[in-house]
Amino acid sequence: MHGEFFMNGDIACAEGGISGGCRLFAGYPITPATEIAERMSQRLPKIGGVFIQMEDEIASMNCILGASWGGVKSMTATSGPGFSLMMENLGLGVITETPCVLVDVQRGSPSTGLPTLVGQADMMQARWGSHGDYEIIAISPWSPQEAYDFTIKAFNLSEKYRTPVLVMTDEAVGHMTEKVTILPEDKIVLEPRRKPPLPPDKFKLYSYDEKNIPWAPNAGDGYRIHVTGLTHDERGYPVVNAETQNKLVRRLVNKIRLNEKEIADYKGFYMDDDPEIVIVSYGITARPSLSVVRRLRKKGMKIGLLKLNVVWPFPEDVIRKIASIATSMFTVENNLGQVSIEVERVNFGRCPCFQIGHAGGEIHSPEEIIKEIEVSLKNGHR
Amino acid sequence: MMHYQIRVSGFGGQGIILAGYIIGKGASIYDRSNVSFTQSYGPEARGGACSSQVIISSEEIDYPHVTDPDAVIIMSQAAYARYGKNLKPGTFLLTDSDLVKVDPEDLVNIKHFSIQATKFSEDLGKKIVANIVMLGFFTGITEMVSREGMLKAIESTVPSKMFDINKTAFEKGLQEAEKAKVAV
Repeated sequence: MHGEFFMNGDIACAEGGISGGCRLFAGYPITPATEIAERMSQRLPKIGGVFIQMEDEIASMNCILGASWGGVKSMTATSGPGFSLMMENLGLGVITETPCVLVDVQRGSPSTGLPTLVGQADMMQARWGSHGDYEIIAISPWSPQEAYDFTIKAFNLSEKYRTPVLVMTDEAVGHMTEKVTILPEDKIVLEPRRKPPLPPDKFKLYSYDEKNIPWAPNAGDGYRIHVTGLTHDERGYPVVNAETQNKLVRRLVNKIRLNEKEIADYKGFYMDDDPEIVIVSYGITARPSLSVVRRLRKKGMKIGLLKLNVVWPFPEDVIRKIASIATSMFTVENNLGQVSIEVERVNFGRCPCFQIGHAGGEIHSPEEIIKEIEVSLKNGHR
Repeated sequence: MMHYQIRVSGFGGQGIILAGYIIGKGASIYDRSNVSFTQSYGPEARGGACSSQVIISSEEIDYPHVTDPDAVIIMSQAAYARYGKNLKPGTFLLTDSDLVKVDPEDLVNIKHFSIQATKFSEDLGKKIVANIVMLGFFTGITEMVSREGMLKAIESTVPSKMFDINKTAFEKGLQEAEKAKVAV
């Protein structure tokens, strides 16, 4: 299907998955992500795909890893409690370098929290939730259209960097309905799986290119496939020592960290005149933030918005650049301090940094953001 | 610049969310405006006080929630208590006259119009089209969305075998709107 549709962010996300090439969805229903599974259960069987409702989120995550090694683009979708359950096998996806997409429709938390209401408090869990050292890619849409576009993008990034990619959406985007343009298949650019450059007898499973990214043969292509969560060498065989660990984990981190500028994706609003005050925001919260910028611009304030489309890896370069020009920075997010910590770290004291947080349950109103900006500018750091 | 904030409210089960969705779809897909539609979600959408919200704008919409509505549709007394008061001057207030008793004090500088939407739908033999009668009334009174756009949105949303009765319901609402406007 293609054309213009009036659909909510969850359904748009499912459609983005389909446009992105997803042909296996494994999941377990959870508010407010259930509509994604529901849509996939209706759509995938009609286009040669597979929908499986698994016994839980642990199995769901494992299932999409297996499907991906079988050569099928795969995804799952969940919310906070299920996201926690997926963490162990997200790490398995990271160390086995398995392309796949995990959608987290964030709701109020911790624990079961607010099943039907919004939150953005899983951002640091997205960054660090599985045990061990790794880097991850996480993107955050602010509208149903972006839920569609960014899910396609997530699939492409997962193939390009051979890693699980997280779509960190939220209840407000998931349940908001707007116009979504769905592209015809021949207009969508998809990143192909990285086929090995050498025949099976000359190829090592985890050999990699100059960007630290390995090739990706599928099981059944005739290559030797040995996949393990243990520390492994280039053949994929477990080698449990410090030397192999050092080589593997550094490469896993570097394939994201050293390619950060290439992965970075952000959009500036009213940023052309190097504003004195800069709001950093992402996902749904960037919308009231934009409203604030428009209102304060009308009053003559030099203020701009940096909206992060890719939140992880963190776009250090652009934050550093802004921090050396702006006189104050505000991170607006629906949690009590997560991405703001990164903004402060990278800012490194160049200019005062403030967080305008929210405990969840509703999105910020523009008025409360304006009030907090005014108070912070008057009082400075607490 | 065009910018309308609309709230539809009533009991869960009256088609309050569907009504908001149809307004949004008509304005977005067929009238080609920018639209954000949000809704109550959770137990209240399936019983108690339920509301849906539509913003229609010629500009790109940032903040997606209704804060200061230009039109309020109310189909239950509980929803009236919550959403019918302290409206800004000039707001359109549309009520189902059999279900909502309005307080004259709330109506100062308000453009209040009422219709027996539920009764008319019962006359048509389908109580579930009361929301569509109300949509016809809303369209005729406020002209915030085109009649053609609304009808196309209804046609592409309701089951095809139900389109005729929904069309009749919509047109009934439009006729009542014309009568009500003449009466003012």
